[in-house]
Amino acid sequence: MTIILNEEYYQLLHELQAVDFVLVELNLYLDTHPADVNAIQQYNQYAKLRQQIAHRYETKYGPLKNFGQSLTGTPWSWNEAPWPWQV
Amino acid sequence: MWVYEKKLQYPVRVSKCDPLMAKFLMEQYGGADGELAAALRYLNQRYTIPDKVVGLLTDIGTEEFGHLEMIATMIYKLTKDATPEQLKKAGLGAHYVAHDSALFYENANGVPWTASYIQAKGDPIADLYEDIAAEEKARATYQWLIDLTDDVDLQDSLKFLREREIVHSMRFREAVEILKEKRDEKIFF
Ligand SMILES: [Fe+2]
Repeated sequence: MTIILNEEYYQLLHELQAVDFVLVELNLYLDTHPADVNAIQQYNQYAKLRQQIAHRYETKYGPLKNFGQSLTGTPWSWNEAPWPWQV
Repeated sequence: MWVYEKKLQYPVRVSKCDPLMAKFLMEQYGGADGELAAALRYLNQRYTIPDKVVGLLTDIGTEEFGHLEMIATMIYKLTKDATPEQLKKAGLGAHYVAHDSALFYENANGVPWTASYIQAKGDPIADLYEDIAAEEKARATYQWLIDLTDDVDLQDSLKFLREREIVHSMRFREAVEILKEKRDEKIFF
């Protein structure tokens, strides 16, 4: 799988980074406000959205996670560039 | 257990080769208030902190590793096209001799990272106050770094990291309050 670093790639990556940012924020907030039902609802809602975006990303650009946390296509592309600091 | 995700937490772009700025950024890579120190401090303290704040230390500690990767990416991108002569001019001659263009856990003055930068006192309030101070010092360092560059792309990523320190500090302050409430409950009953 050769990844072409075009507009489409960066757009999808940014979409994923944006939704993940919301999730990190909600996660840390809930660590100190565990009874906030609205925040929990938002967390689950964004977690589902995250799955969809990650699935779209992985279908196009290969697995995001190692150790069986992402499904893999053939051939094995996990250890292929680009790595995060190269894009 | 930790699982790696093949993406940065936030985009890192630089608009020019700038080894001098890379040298300054090493303060946040292997310095006393840097991201390595932060990650290792929180993830080590969590084993003996009250259960109520273990999750917070785990999550912030994990996020700090994501920040460490962002700083590494900045340093890598700012130096990858630099010649030995350019590195020398930027004050990285000694770094080049010891490491070529490899990254190393050292501060802006080339002093290697040491565990004496961090503490684990076993006293939850003392540990959390140290964590709050660490976040405030990191926030200040990010501000000085932003002041030292005119690269707007780099500034954008540094501003993201500065804001994260503010949020971490706020969450640690809330954790202190949670522990104080628990402590007062015990005294009352
Ligand atoms: Fe932090």
